[in-house]
Amino acid sequence: MTGDNKGNGPFIEIQDVSKYFGDFAAVDSVSLAIQKGELFSILGGSGCGKTTLLRMLAGFETPTKGRIFIDGVDVTEQPPYERPVNMMFQSYAIFPHMTVEKNVAYGLEKDRVARDEITRRVDDILKLVQLETFAKRKPDQLSGGQRQRVALARALVKRPKVLLLDEPLAALDKKLREHTQFELMSIQDKLGITFVVVTHDQEEAMILSSRIAVMDRGRFMQVGTPKEVYEYPTSRFVADFIGTINMFEGTIVDIDGERVRINCEETASDLSALSEDPPKRGSTVCVAVRPEKIFISQNEPENTEDIRLSGVVEDLGYFGNLSLYRIRLPGGKIVQVSAQNRRRSAERFLEWNDEVFISWRPRSSVILVD
Amino acid sequence: MKKRSRFILSILAFGYAFLYIPLASVIFYSFNDSRLATVWGGFSTRWYGELLRNDQVLESAFLSLRIAFTVATLATIFGTMAGMALSRFGRFRGRTLFSGMITSPMVMPEVITGLSLLLLFVSLQQLIGWPAQRGFGTITIAHTTFAMAYVAVIVQSRLSAMDESLEEAAMDLGGRPLRVVFDITLPLIAPAMIAGWLLAFTLSLDDLVIASFVSGPGASTLPMLIFSKVKLGVTPDINALATLIILFVSTGVLIAWWVSRRAQRQSG
Amino acid sequence: MSTVTALRSDKLWQQFAVAIPYLWLLIFFLAPFAIILKISLADPIIAQPPFTPFVDDDGGISATADNYKFLLTDKLYAVTYLKSVFMAAVATLFCLALGFPMAYGIARAGESTRNLLLLLIILPFWISFLLRVYAWMGLLNNYGVINNVLMWLQLIDKPIGFMYTDFAIYIGLVYSYLPFMVLPLYATLERMDLDLVEAAQDLGAHPSQAFWDVTWPLARPGVIAGCLLVFIPAMGEYVIPYLLGGPESLLIGRVLFDEFFVNRDWPLASAVAIVLLLLLVVPIVFLQRSQARDAEGAA
Repeated sequence: MTGDNKGNGPFIEIQDVSKYFGDFAAVDSVSLAIQKGELFSILGGSGCGKTTLLRMLAGFETPTKGRIFIDGVDVTEQPPYERPVNMMFQSYAIFPHMTVEKNVAYGLEKDRVARDEITRRVDDILKLVQLETFAKRKPDQLSGGQRQRVALARALVKRPKVLLLDEPLAALDKKLREHTQFELMSIQDKLGITFVVVTHDQEEAMILSSRIAVMDRGRFMQVGTPKEVYEYPTSRFVADFIGTINMFEGTIVDIDGERVRINCEETASDLSALSEDPPKRGSTVCVAVRPEKIFISQNEPENTEDIRLSGVVEDLGYFGNLSLYRIRLPGGKIVQVSAQNRRRSAERFLEWNDEVFISWRPRSSVILVD
Repeated sequence: MKKRSRFILSILAFGYAFLYIPLASVIFYSFNDSRLATVWGGFSTRWYGELLRNDQVLESAFLSLRIAFTVATLATIFGTMAGMALSRFGRFRGRTLFSGMITSPMVMPEVITGLSLLLLFVSLQQLIGWPAQRGFGTITIAHTTFAMAYVAVIVQSRLSAMDESLEEAAMDLGGRPLRVVFDITLPLIAPAMIAGWLLAFTLSLDDLVIASFVSGPGASTLPMLIFSKVKLGVTPDINALATLIILFVSTGVLIAWWVSRRAQRQSG
Repeated sequence: MSTVTALRSDKLWQQFAVAIPYLWLLIFFLAPFAIILKISLADPIIAQPPFTPFVDDDGGISATADNYKFLLTDKLYAVTYLKSVFMAAVATLFCLALGFPMAYGIARAGESTRNLLLLLIILPFWISFLLRVYAWMGLLNNYGVINNVLMWLQLIDKPIGFMYTDFAIYIGLVYSYLPFMVLPLYATLERMDLDLVEAAQDLGAHPSQAFWDVTWPLARPGVIAGCLLVFIPAMGEYVIPYLLGGPESLLIGRVLFDEFFVNRDWPLASAVAIVLLLLLVVPIVFLQRSQARDAEGAA
């Protein structure tokens, strides 16, 4: 019995779920367990299947195959209006013909909650999202940020077991987005409701989530904490999708315990990297290293353990707190490097066409096979 | 969800059957050899032959086409002017009355429009001796009055969907307003004008009630002739005529649809 | 050529572009109503034209309210007006009942199907109205297609008299005006955000509740426009009651027509028209308002 799961098993369990539209697999054999109280993000580009997966959690799509459990109950066949799940739509989907108050009360009315309890709960939730003075307004009299909070309040007022958020911040401008991110997190923290967020914005996913699932072509490429996904990507897709990364193609020529030596045509010398479970010698791999892990200097670095390459500053961009450099290696390969501008005029700033050295520790890079 | 869409599907099927079965039955019976229009007497195209030999039918069809052509052209000119006035000239004196008068003929019951125009023509004849007789001229005027309303609305909606900055850009580049109208505005609303012309043409060709009022003795449009015949019941030559019209119109509309769909695909 | 003259000529062109359609409408649309009103206040006489002049030979104004008194006292006219309102309203409701699910289905169809379905709704518009009504004569006739099929199926053993009844008029009205209902409904339903319906369901509304709570209220502008577009012309309909209706199904459009052409009572026909117009003024103004609002909303 699945009921035994209650309390100790995962709160949301997706078991080998697929969704086909005709021959096209929008979601392809996906399994996932989300714990109670998590703020879980599903991250991917458009058409990767993340929205379809969310709609299956909400009940708008039925899986072609597989089952979905929420709090130990099999909800696979449950229609949306019977699920203990609420959704915040990307478009917000606020009923334009109802006031803010009516919008928020709608779900409680459908559940036949008593009048005075509806009033109380609506008041409370509007206070939580700081909209108490807007209760009587019509949606077209609200700003984008206020509409977003109405949508949030409307979904939260029913105290769902899970709140689904479809691109919750996409419609807001940059400044408001940053502010709202933290607001969302604090509300989630206060109410303890499990949030599942779908987003295409990797930065948003990184900041918000306790864990991220990176999705591509209907499958999960990697599931992990933001740090794991960023620092230890398991595939080129994930490495490339999240943040910026430099990749060097090569062949493994030597394995010594953890230490792997890779022959790379794009660089003059072999690259060394660390891997607990290295692929076989002779296999084609890719050494990936993030721009901020690379040091840049005009003097040759002394540490011989490090990977050291020389090149020319092809292009640079000054962002105030940091600078981005595009370094051209002798073979023509471009490497991106970012450096904090900690000092001011202590040493000469790098300029176009300067000859530079770049270096990184073997520990800073990862070896990718796929 | 599934059950609901089955309900919708069956209503759709019923609705389209309701719309098209009568037309199909007219086409079917137009090939009926029997003089009794609803008793099947074998396949024949004799009614088409009789139709084409019927001078009365040909004469009234020719009159209707002449009227429709003139009406469509006049209505397109006036309607375009009116549509531009309403969407581009801002506020001018009497604008409210103007916009009210433009759209009213569209919703006015035909019997009222017909009666009122006839009474106008009769009074004018008494006062200034014009129109001396009613027929082509009076029908054209009557039809133009309500057809221009449709053109004006089509042109106006096209203009308000269109970015005014195109015209402003042309003026910024040194075009004087009247030049801009001919260089920029008219080419851009040409599709709306063509649609308006076709609609005005069809409306004029289709009208029975207003023409019956404002026409005089001797001038009989095609709908008036058809009406006088079908008053007495179903006749096989009218079936043939209806079939010709249905096929002609459907072919035209389908070609227009196909062309516009291709154009849309190419552009986007 | 100076800029001033250039501007003046442009201004002139604008005035010209307004003046021509404006004058046309004043003469051929507004003036006729004044004349109708004038004639409705005259007495019928046997002459050419068959009514007493507004200004009599002595220069005094001769006006009479007799025609209106007659309309109000003669029960036939009151009944005819009421019956016209009733039949137009019933036909409107039938159009709505059939047109709403159709418009809904079209709006929710895939894009290429949607365009084709829409085309098939518009197509009958371009085919002669008269011939479309005529087509029903062939179907409803005692020896018509429907009776033939029913008898062939042995559901009935003698023909049902569909023709020349109110039923036939309803069929004709719904058939002719259905597209006027479907198109504005389609326009509002197509524009509607589908997320709203899903949001209602997500918040616990059963699909049918979601329909009444969200879809229906949001479709109201289309419902109103569609109903008025059907009701107004149906009120004054002449061809359909003439061809499909029986001698007792007197609708006001037909009465007006007969009063004018058969009885040659021009003043009374004018009065009938004025009263019909008064009945329709409210819906017509309502319709124009809603269309103006729509045009602004689209811009």
